[in-house]
Amino acid sequence: MSFIGLHHQPHVYLVLAAFLFAAGVYGLVRRRTLIGMLIAGELIFSAAALNILTLNRFFAPDPSAGQIFVLFIMGLAAAEVAVALSIIIAIYRNYRSIGTHTPAELKE
Amino acid sequence: MKPFPGLEYLASLFFLLMAAATVAGALLAVLSTIIIRGVCGLALCCFGLAGLYYFLHSPFLALMEILIYVGAVCITIIFAVMLAEPEEAKEAESRANAWFWGGAALVVGVAIFWGLSNLSLTGAWPAEVTWQGKGTVEDIGKSLLTTYSMAFELISLAILVAILGALAVARGGRSRA
Repeated sequence: MSFIGLHHQPHVYLVLAAFLFAAGVYGLVRRRTLIGMLIAGELIFSAAALNILTLNRFFAPDPSAGQIFVLFIMGLAAAEVAVALSIIIAIYRNYRSIGTHTPAELKE
Repeated sequence: MKPFPGLEYLASLFFLLMAAATVAGALLAVLSTIIIRGVCGLALCCFGLAGLYYFLHSPFLALMEILIYVGAVCITIIFAVMLAEPEEAKEAESRANAWFWGGAALVVGVAIFWGLSNLSLTGAWPAEVTWQGKGTVEDIGKSLLTTYSMAFELISLAILVAILGALAVARGGRSRA
């Protein structure tokens, strides 16, 4: 069987991270609601985190640096979600819709 | 001590399961037209990612991924979905326009995936190193309070400002309504 020991190779993780990033960019371009775009942005954050952790696991001698940076990425992603969702709620209150075309004028 | 028989086989199978969960979750998050299914896809994707973190020798991060993403971020997004009832707008785009932009986004996504995976598969990576130390929670805590203490303080400041900003923005509409 060829899939034995697949988790010891860095390329598998890197290709997975590339897939997550590509899916995030596709969603960011394609989605037409603000929440959908936010989900796609989270996928891009996850891709970056997986990439950093893979490189730290296989190519860097310091074991805690990558984990700490991924923790920072998680914190920033959580902060981003909080701010973005409050903006989405504010937009919904003003326009009664959260399609991406609604806040094009930024003023009623 | 003799290891458990078939351990490598089981580990590889579990790894494949987690990778499949990640890919399926990402596809569901991006492709589904109903927004709540997208949130569920994000949760599935983060669950698979937690498994991958476990395989990267970071069990603490795996727990944090489940706690923060599945437990906090997805729930917050579901709150926003319930508050704002996001209907996909049907009338906005003509059919040709939708096909064009869908194709353009697909081309961009495939190009990014092909380029990045090509780079990572053919790139001249250095030889693998062994870790100096274990990378346990104790090591992470020590590094957070010594080497990375400045970044730690800055990120707590950033989160504080984000919380205050979120409260201010979300409150502004309420006083007028």
